Amino acid sequence: MTVARFWRKIPQRYNLVGTKCETCGRHFFPPRTFCPDCRRNGKIVDHKFAGFGTIVTYSVIQTEPDQFASPGPYVLAIIKLDEGPQMTSQIICDPKDVKIGMRVRSVFRRIATDGESGIIHYGTKFVPVE
Amino acid sequence: MRDVAVIGVGCTKFGEHWERSFRDLFVEAGALALEDAKLAGEKIDAMYVGNMSAGRFIEQEHIGALIADYAGMASRHIPSTRVEAACASGGLAFRQAVIAVASGMEDIVVAAGVEKMTDVEPGASTDALTGAADREWEGFVGATFPGLYAMIATDYMHKYKMTREQLAHVAVKNHYNGARNPIAQFPTEITLDTVLKSTVVAEPLRLFDCSPITDGAAAVIVAPLERAKEFTDTPIKVLATAQASDSIALHDRRDISTLDATVAAGQRAFRMAKLTHKDIDMVEVHDCFSIAEICAIEDLGFCKKGTAGKFTADGETALGGKIPVNTSGGLKACGHPVGATGIKQVYEIVQQLRGEAGKRQVDGAKIGMTHNVGGTGATVAVHILGRV
Ligand SMILES: [Zn+2]
Repeated sequence: MTVARFWRKIPQRYNLVGTKCETCGRHFFPPRTFCPDCRRNGKIVDHKFAGFGTIVTYSVIQTEPDQFASPGPYVLAIIKLDEGPQMTSQIICDPKDVKIGMRVRSVFRRIATDGESGIIHYGTKFVPVE
Repeated sequence: MRDVAVIGVGCTKFGEHWERSFRDLFVEAGALALEDAKLAGEKIDAMYVGNMSAGRFIEQEHIGALIADYAGMASRHIPSTRVEAACASGGLAFRQAVIAVASGMEDIVVAAGVEKMTDVEPGASTDALTGAADREWEGFVGATFPGLYAMIATDYMHKYKMTREQLAHVAVKNHYNGARNPIAQFPTEITLDTVLKSTVVAEPLRLFDCSPITDGAAAVIVAPLERAKEFTDTPIKVLATAQASDSIALHDRRDISTLDATVAAGQRAFRMAKLTHKDIDMVEVHDCFSIAEICAIEDLGFCKKGTAGKFTADGETALGGKIPVNTSGGLKACGHPVGATGIKQVYEIVQQLRGEAGKRQVDGAKIGMTHNVGGTGATVAVHILGRV
């Protein structure tokens, strides 16, 4: 991946900045620039998400692709953010503890590395809410 | 619209063809289909080719022209078009060929599918396949394809209490069928234990829940039904062609373990054919993972939501059951050269309807269905075929 491809999404990836349609109030993360409900009547503005959500479903990935190589398996999940939309991310926790319905909050973490000397990608992961 | 019939079919053996190239594979499949239709290549008016990612797998684009050229059509300058919808590329190529003939624009059209996946390292092929999901918001955060389907399985098992053992029956049944199919990549029977003791890939999915990396090509030839008898005594009529789309990312779906695009395409196909699920004698569904077959047979209406695990474990989808599913062995045992899969499904149903399916023949088969999925359900193609 080129630096620009990752860099252009830094506000979204680092700070959980999505969008919101001011016409109907629907929130979007990942961000959309077109409201599927209001179409041409939609008015899209940036929206920073609070970062709290609930696990909808998950898997523990055992055989990871090279660039996600980490010491041991990792937890992949779909999280429903409190503002409404759902997103895919990793959960930092003991794989034995992850459950559907578990409350989580976002944290800033390293996501992947492009090769040995490649750039390191940062972004949003989630941790359980104590 | 004109009625359309399949007049010839051909398919290579599926597997790891170290000794054969992308070109070798589609030329063989095309030649087999022409021979089956007793057709000279000069009669072909147009070609549609399903291919997901030759760019990533063999660093070759411009597949439409390449295939027409090596199939001996370059000097005739026929239109040849590549169709891409990830793993549903083949199903969409077939649909484009059917539409071209139905519209009256073309008469004799080839629909082919091809994928050569073993020329790159396994990590590279896995990454290429991840492009069928949302690269920016699924792939970049660590979602692999097995991981996405595993999340469907987790959601499904949580909601409907399907057991891990019931899920394993899908693979056991598909290997039983594959063992009776001469083109299958894995023509070997397995037991529940084989599945339940295989390596965990992405919980709850294990290695034997996943379709393999495969090389292969398939081709079928369609023509107006009124002309079909010129070529074959056993034309197979296309009773319905349907296609539907949904959100590219799994996290944006209305329900994680229902493929709404399957529901929509299935309903459109039944409406077009004026048939119901009760009329279907056998169906080829897209079992890229065992859980995908469970969702598919429910979303197409063959059993109620939440009951497919028991339905499968009870043998209702096996040969001799209520609705035989994946008599070819499915993607699991027959193999999954992604762009070719949708065409291979048509190949299998045509063999069944002609009564040429050998040890996996469904007795008295009159009407069959194919179901081809792109990604985690962002594209679905459904076709219904019938004996004339
Ligand atoms: Zn709106």
